[in-house]
Amino acid sequence: MAGYKPVAIQTYPVLGEKITQDTLYWSNYRTPVQIKEFGAVSKVHFSPQPPYNYAVTASSRIHIYGRYSQEPIKTFSRFKDTAYCATFRQDGQLLVAGSEDGIVQLFDISGRAPLRQFEGHTKAVHTVDFTADKYHVVSGADDYTVKLWDIPNSKEILTFKEHSDYVRCGCASKLNPDLFVTGSYDHTVKMFDARTNKNVLCVEHGQPVESVLLFPSGGLLVSSGGRYVKVWDMLKGGQLLVSLKNHHKTVTCLCLSSSGQRLLSGSLDRKVKVYSTTSYKVVHSYDYTASILSLALSHEDETIVVGMTNGILSVRHRKSESKKESLPRRRPAYRTFIKGKIYMKQQDDIMINRPAKKHLECYDRDLKSFRISKALDRVLEPNCVIKTPEVTVSIIKELNRRGVLANALAGRDEKEITRVLNFLISSCDCGFPSASSWHWFSGHGSLFYPLHIYLPVIGQSPVVDKKFIVLQGLVEKEIDYQRELLETLGMMDMLFATMTRNGSAPVSEHVPAELPEGKTTESLCQPADADKSS
Amino acid sequence: MVEERVRVVRCGGSLLNFRRAVFSADSKYIFCVSGDFIKVYSSTTEECVHVLHGHKNLVSGILLNPNNHLQLYSCSFDGTIKLWDYLDGILIKTFTVGPKLHALFIPPHAEDSVFLTILKEDPDVFQLVSVKLPKSSSQNVEARERTFVLDYVNRSPKCIDFGNEGDYIAAVRDFYLSVYFLKKKKTCNFTLPSTKNKKNARNRFTCVACHPKEDCIASGHMDGKIRLWRNFHDEKQYTYTCLHWHHDMVMDLAFTVSGSSLLSGGRECVLVEWRDGAEKNKEFLPRLGSTIEHISVSPAGDLFCTSHSDNKITVIQRNLDACAVIQGLVKDRSISTGLMVDPKTKALVLNGKPGHLQFYSLQGDKQLYNLDIIQQEYINDDGLIQIELKKAAFSHSGTWLATVEQRQENPSELEMQMKLWVYSKKTQGFSLNTKIAMPHDDHITALCFNNAENYERPMLVTASRDGHFKVWVLADDSDIYKKAIGWTCDFVGSYHKYQATNCCFSEDSSLLAVSFEEIVTVWDSETWELKCTFCQRAGKIRHLCFGRLTCSKFLLGTTENAILCCWNLLSCSLQWSAKLNVSVLEADPYSDHVAAVMQSAAGSDLFVFKPSEPRPLYVQRTISREEVQWGVFVPRDVPESFTSEAHQWLNRSQFYFLTQSQCLLTFSTKSPEEKLTPTSKQLLAEESLPTTPFSLILGKHRQQQDARSSETSENELVQLPLTENIPAINELLHTPAHVLPSASFLCSLFVNSLLLSKETKSAEEVPDEVDMEENKDSDDSDEENDVTEKAQETHNTDLRDDVIHQLSKYEEKELRKFRKVDYSWLAAL
Repeated sequence: MAGYKPVAIQTYPVLGEKITQDTLYWSNYRTPVQIKEFGAVSKVHFSPQPPYNYAVTASSRIHIYGRYSQEPIKTFSRFKDTAYCATFRQDGQLLVAGSEDGIVQLFDISGRAPLRQFEGHTKAVHTVDFTADKYHVVSGADDYTVKLWDIPNSKEILTFKEHSDYVRCGCASKLNPDLFVTGSYDHTVKMFDARTNKNVLCVEHGQPVESVLLFPSGGLLVSSGGRYVKVWDMLKGGQLLVSLKNHHKTVTCLCLSSSGQRLLSGSLDRKVKVYSTTSYKVVHSYDYTASILSLALSHEDETIVVGMTNGILSVRHRKSESKKESLPRRRPAYRTFIKGKIYMKQQDDIMINRPAKKHLECYDRDLKSFRISKALDRVLEPNCVIKTPEVTVSIIKELNRRGVLANALAGRDEKEITRVLNFLISSCDCGFPSASSWHWFSGHGSLFYPLHIYLPVIGQSPVVDKKFIVLQGLVEKEIDYQRELLETLGMMDMLFATMTRNGSAPVSEHVPAELPEGKTTESLCQPADADKSS
Repeated sequence: MVEERVRVVRCGGSLLNFRRAVFSADSKYIFCVSGDFIKVYSSTTEECVHVLHGHKNLVSGILLNPNNHLQLYSCSFDGTIKLWDYLDGILIKTFTVGPKLHALFIPPHAEDSVFLTILKEDPDVFQLVSVKLPKSSSQNVEARERTFVLDYVNRSPKCIDFGNEGDYIAAVRDFYLSVYFLKKKKTCNFTLPSTKNKKNARNRFTCVACHPKEDCIASGHMDGKIRLWRNFHDEKQYTYTCLHWHHDMVMDLAFTVSGSSLLSGGRECVLVEWRDGAEKNKEFLPRLGSTIEHISVSPAGDLFCTSHSDNKITVIQRNLDACAVIQGLVKDRSISTGLMVDPKTKALVLNGKPGHLQFYSLQGDKQLYNLDIIQQEYINDDGLIQIELKKAAFSHSGTWLATVEQRQENPSELEMQMKLWVYSKKTQGFSLNTKIAMPHDDHITALCFNNAENYERPMLVTASRDGHFKVWVLADDSDIYKKAIGWTCDFVGSYHKYQATNCCFSEDSSLLAVSFEEIVTVWDSETWELKCTFCQRAGKIRHLCFGRLTCSKFLLGTTENAILCCWNLLSCSLQWSAKLNVSVLEADPYSDHVAAVMQSAAGSDLFVFKPSEPRPLYVQRTISREEVQWGVFVPRDVPESFTSEAHQWLNRSQFYFLTQSQCLLTFSTKSPEEKLTPTSKQLLAEESLPTTPFSLILGKHRQQQDARSSETSENELVQLPLTENIPAINELLHTPAHVLPSASFLCSLFVNSLLLSKETKSAEEVPDEVDMEENKDSDDSDEENDVTEKAQETHNTDLRDDVIHQLSKYEEKELRKFRKVDYSWLAAL
């Protein structure tokens, strides 16, 4: 025979942002730690090796921070002018940085003075990077040139003069020691091969390129410039894969998550957006206080560091997995769990599984045995009303469906009536402007009606009377809202009537949805009014 | 195939809950009345083992023969009592009583008399009479002799019971309980004290049951009380105790065999067991689905069964565990969803139990399953407004099912939900995909899927009284995490704020027709542009449907003012119209025929036509006296091949329709005997046991064999059904073997008898074969028997009759001779 069917709890579509795995993942960071730097933070770079320190380039200094340190653990300040683009080598031992005076300097992490100085650029060097073989450095400068340097000899190996404007970003391939990519203000991104003296690939971004990024596989190239982030398929000869326009100001920095599944972009519009690299849809976004210039993610996405124009470095650390506090509760003995489970099925045995026992909620258990008042009491408890108001509404609806709502409401004392009224007030108060309020109301409408049974006792308790008056005020307010809404709709209808038929079609969808709302509330207000008048 | 007359045939079975079900003595079988038939079900496998045919009107009572528990008495509105051998499904005797018999009672130790309820002249006055059943060897016996027993009894058999070994009869009517003592011929009347002044008090008697051992009568009342009466031999000193749990009318009462507990049931759908007649000791079996109408107890005491208002019999074990459910076509409530065909199972689908859709197999004539749509606890109470399943529609391939449920307490408060169910191949069932609360602001009047689903996305259109029709499409939820596929609204259309009443897609789904009161609008399903409108100014549009196949350019519509219109979509003009008050308009999806059922004062007439011409191809007058509510074309498994134009519409599909009294009827060309008479099943008692894999294999094997040999051994097979039609052979076969003369002695007799018939080809084998064949057949499945028999019947209908005649006479004579022999040969042994 069919068992008891639990009450279906009506779920209402949650308005606003949906909670997805990504929002959970990307919002699972602590509140950001703010560190003040001397100037705009133009570059943040994490050391690829533990302990995953990060280098912050701001003004004429490079600070090395430890993961959780507030203070720099090391500072390189031997720059005459603004330093740019401090980048760690793959082994985390060396650090290279460009500067405004055109000199590229190479530091040992443990040392203080530069190990090498590559002089050759005539203007500011905004981008430097190590190639995959670790022995060369690529640099791009405002003199429109891209140079390749040899570290052991500190000599210039190659110079590419193919850009026609400032070279402001670059990136070396992680796989091929000879390949690197540079982006320039001439709207192009060019890929160079150190074995030839020409670019091997050139893509037209359309805006001055601010940042480029190669995927670890080298197959995809991401470039940002202007408001666009563009993804190019390198294996198809630089075909545009997708063009993303999610920021409303220039996108200044790009970064990949450690898994390579998500792409992050920071922009002058003070937002960091997270994209999925499969669908290229925004899955999450962060807000910052100032325009963002640089962005970096540490190993395993443990830390997000964002550098801003106002010199503030914002560091977010991932929340550590909250350890469940194991209560000193007595658990069933081990043999309880293995009882019957260790029996091996013999050949002729037929397995009969006992049907899993269905767990019923408290209110369902009450309803199953027709304890209606108790079920209503349970769902009107403040805990339930605040946390899961939809359960309360569903139970009230269910009682109404069973035709016993009046019985369940009857025979209550002052405290309990107050509780019912509190529920009505709180739900009237909160969700009115939202579209789902009318669903709420259709539940409460049935609750309003049986309050009639308390008509004779009105005036006996000041507490209850006060609540009734509050409720009346709310209902009146709602009626006013609805009237205004209808007026507005009428006006809109008039406007749309003058337009073409096609234009009016989508609007007609809204009109009927609102109409009954007004009607219901009006019919609902009567009991409350009646209460008042008496 | 020979062209035959098309006739209306009832299908889907009759009510199983008209009277109490009866258990066989060993509790293996359950008998229940079903229209003109008595059905024998196995209590373990829920299978129908036999259908006992013979009554010409509703069967009104069945009881086991107290003197022979392998026999069953039945009485009917046709005025006869019949005695059956239920194991073999044979009619043994017919007693003709005369008047309409309403109920049958047989006290435990009555020798040969039965008690019957018959109508006494007035419209509502019944009397209980006893009839002596004369002993006679002939099959048809007149039993016109009636002795009057009790007057003014209730017509329902629930209101009369025989107590304490047949000492007294307890009968209730209105506010009176009368006890008639058979020996003393004395009647004691008891009335309830509170009823004397209040005429319409709610403690009217509803049913009565007598304790099997003690002098105790239990009576059920309208107000839910059960009274236990004792000491009722005296009109003054009687006592009663009250048991009260039911809050609504007690529908039936029954004592267990030992009398230790009393069972009661009612509208609450709860079977209550009262132990020792005490109010405290109660056991419950809740959630039985619908109102309990009857309760019966097996003579062995191990099983109970309850008949429910939704045409269901639940078999319950002694410890109140439901163990089997015999479910017929649910006809309890009004059919609001109409008739549909599930494209996957070809089952007929309509709303059944509250909140459920039932899938009914027309071929197997049994319910396949119930799909719970509303998924809420069903509370059965008077005056409660339930959530009702209003509309349902299947998509073209049966992958999607849309259902609409609603509950309206008062005009301003309408709760409505639309649910979309997807067929999952894995679980072989429907699972909920999307739930839409309030899809429209007013009642949904029609919903339909587009037809072309395979190469395009499915689309659902709902038309509502709020003046809009909405198009719902299956949409990917643009969610990168999980492929959440759900339905969303794609387009909302309206036409001058008229109420949308019907919607219909054309065959290729390129056009959507929506009717708005008097106006039909045609929309392009690609761009949702209004293409054209038709208006006949002949009242609101009642039905709307597109023609199929060659007639797909036509759109048919019927109006309230009894006009059938056919519009040509190419010329956008009215092609023809006819004055017909159409109540059902259905297009056959597999041919270009359209069936229209016309409503008139005399009854309903059927017209079949092609939309291309206004001339009906086929007309059948008065298919039913009542109004036809719904109709549907069900595709045939095997197409027929009628050649005449009038019958062509029956080739691919069969038209089923439902009348106001919820009779499911169809059209058939087969002779009524073939369709309705028992395809006499040679099932023995063991047959009802569960089928084993072995029997399935064997059955299959047999089937193949039979198919092969059917042509060659036609003549042999002819003999099969004859055997049980000839009473002599019957007698012979059912006489115990040890009292029969030796087989060799009988053999020659048989052979001789059979030699007289025209076919002498294999005559020698036949007599022995009869037994063997029978045993063989007993292993086979029912269907197979059907097949073979149908084959015979079609080929040999003319031949058979005279063969039976000849043989039976001859055989009987021969057997008489035998009896006269007096078995003297036994002494010789």
